[in-house]
Amino acid sequence: MEKRVTFKGRWLPLLLVLPQIAITAIFFFYPAGQAIWQSLFIPDPFGLSMRWVGLGNFEFLLSDPYYRASFVTTAVFSILVTLVSMGVALYLAVLADRLIKGSGTYRTLLIWPYAVAPAVAGVLWLFMFNTRVGVVTWYLGLLGYDWNHVLNEGEAMGLVVVASAWGRISYNFLFFLAGLQAIPKSVIEAAAIDGAHFWTRFRTIVFPLLSPTTFFLMVVNIIYAFFETFGVIHTITSGGPQQATTILVYKVYSDGFVGQDLGSSAAQSVILLLIVSVLTVVQFKYIERRVHY
Amino acid sequence: MATVTLENLKKSFGKTEVIQGIDIDIADGEFVVIVGPSGCGKSTLLRMVAGLETATSGEVRIDGKRVNDVEPMDRDIAMVFQNYALYPHMSVFDNMAYGLKIQKVAKPEIAERVQTAAKLLQLEPYLQRKPRELSGGQRQRVAMGRAIVRKPAVFLFDEPLSNLDAKLRVQMRLEIKALQRELGVTSLYVTHDQVEAMTLADRMIVMNAGVADQIGAPLDVYADPATEFVAGFIGSPPTNFIDAALLDGERAGRIGIRPEHVRLAEQGRIEAVVVYAEALGAETLVHLRAGDGQQITVRQESGLAIPTEGQSCGLAWDSAQVMRFDEAGLRQR
Repeated sequence: MEKRVTFKGRWLPLLLVLPQIAITAIFFFYPAGQAIWQSLFIPDPFGLSMRWVGLGNFEFLLSDPYYRASFVTTAVFSILVTLVSMGVALYLAVLADRLIKGSGTYRTLLIWPYAVAPAVAGVLWLFMFNTRVGVVTWYLGLLGYDWNHVLNEGEAMGLVVVASAWGRISYNFLFFLAGLQAIPKSVIEAAAIDGAHFWTRFRTIVFPLLSPTTFFLMVVNIIYAFFETFGVIHTITSGGPQQATTILVYKVYSDGFVGQDLGSSAAQSVILLLIVSVLTVVQFKYIERRVHY
Repeated sequence: MATVTLENLKKSFGKTEVIQGIDIDIADGEFVVIVGPSGCGKSTLLRMVAGLETATSGEVRIDGKRVNDVEPMDRDIAMVFQNYALYPHMSVFDNMAYGLKIQKVAKPEIAERVQTAAKLLQLEPYLQRKPRELSGGQRQRVAMGRAIVRKPAVFLFDEPLSNLDAKLRVQMRLEIKALQRELGVTSLYVTHDQVEAMTLADRMIVMNAGVADQIGAPLDVYADPATEFVAGFIGSPPTNFIDAALLDGERAGRIGIRPEHVRLAEQGRIEAVVVYAEALGAETLVHLRAGDGQQITVRQESGLAIPTEGQSCGLAWDSAQVMRFDEAGLRQR
């Protein structure tokens, strides 16, 4: 039995949803429309005139090897960020779930990094790994390892992945912990009596029952890695070295605001928009089916 | 098949002693019911036998072997939980087969054992369903099935019927009893429902605040309760208690008299006013209030006259039926 409030008349309901519609229209539909419109032109660097090029921007982008490479970079980056942040968070949540004493303190400490803004997190990691004065770099040097993410592409990618994942672990941890605590204790006990040791229980009972949480976090984390890691990348590597950490969102910025190619930048935004819509639809349609509720 | 022995078994959480020393020898194939009100420690006692709680002191022995430090999975027990604890993402078949798969039993044998259990519990049509597609009674059966297929030495039941509606509970009670007889597996069963305890048990442990007030066959416990608590807890409606001082020539403490042993009479031992009468068909329960506000219930056959509310009656009983308790609640013989 569903309880629904029904409003009579036409104007009151419209009035009630108006704020939401207004916000969506001003901050989403209008800019998205602008992006689509601008992607069809090449403006001059001073913004005084625009030349119609049709789909020229898109044609150029899709044949551009740097843009194609950025796709691969983005895929590698998002998959790594999602895996690292979710893996570590799940591990910590499993440990915290077993705690009886002091779990409150432990939880609070783990949640703190979430309050750190991505750009600040980026600077934090940058300081630690600074090639000249970084603490970690210095210790690595003592161990005989020459850390230089400014020159080494793999190290640069590793660093932005770790910095992006770090801030995300808290968020994932919270959801995983809630998910773990929602599993009835007696189910775990029944499995223990049935002869399942910790790891078997985790694999056959706990993880399948966590799958709704895991699925939700996967969607949220991929979207996070796509869009909200700009600050981290901007502060640590600025997309370098040799565009090794230029993910799609960063390329929109660097081509548009640094390179002043606003038409291409707009076209890239449109492509991103399409990718995210497709990604979300695919995720919900195909992965959700295999989730046990 | 196995015996279970508890020896001076104690459990404390911090400074609170929840189980204050339980001793019992359970024979092979015996059905023992642990009964008591909420918070008396009965579930904790069962969980100690299962190995889900550690004993603070004392011993648990299964088949003569001390199992205090043995993991639940190695105790050769099976447990049925109050909320059934089925694995929600597995089919009925997989739920029952789970333990066998972990023991690496051969596939054909797993299939055969699950089939046999399913037949016994009338679950055959539901083997491919998920637990959420089953009714409460069916889920209860799956939980039983999961216990049966493992052929354990001991069955442990933790209030398995309390989530079912009244009618189903009566039906499942009979099924559990029949099943236990047929399989002959030693069973420990926890409940707060004294009717369940009376009907199922070979012997019952009546628990009160961490102490086993009395251990014995149901009818013996009913006829001859060892404490005031047992007299009040076992039997419905409960035993009437009257302050001994109210009666001429009685000593200190209280006396107990079961509702079926009290009669309404012209000249009784005490006087009481009828509050209301419940005519149940086969019998009538007459509730009265004695001079000092004491509630007294009389159970009489339906043929007898039903007094009107507000009427004053005398209450009479046979001295042989009276149970005397001292101030500490212990029976005085």
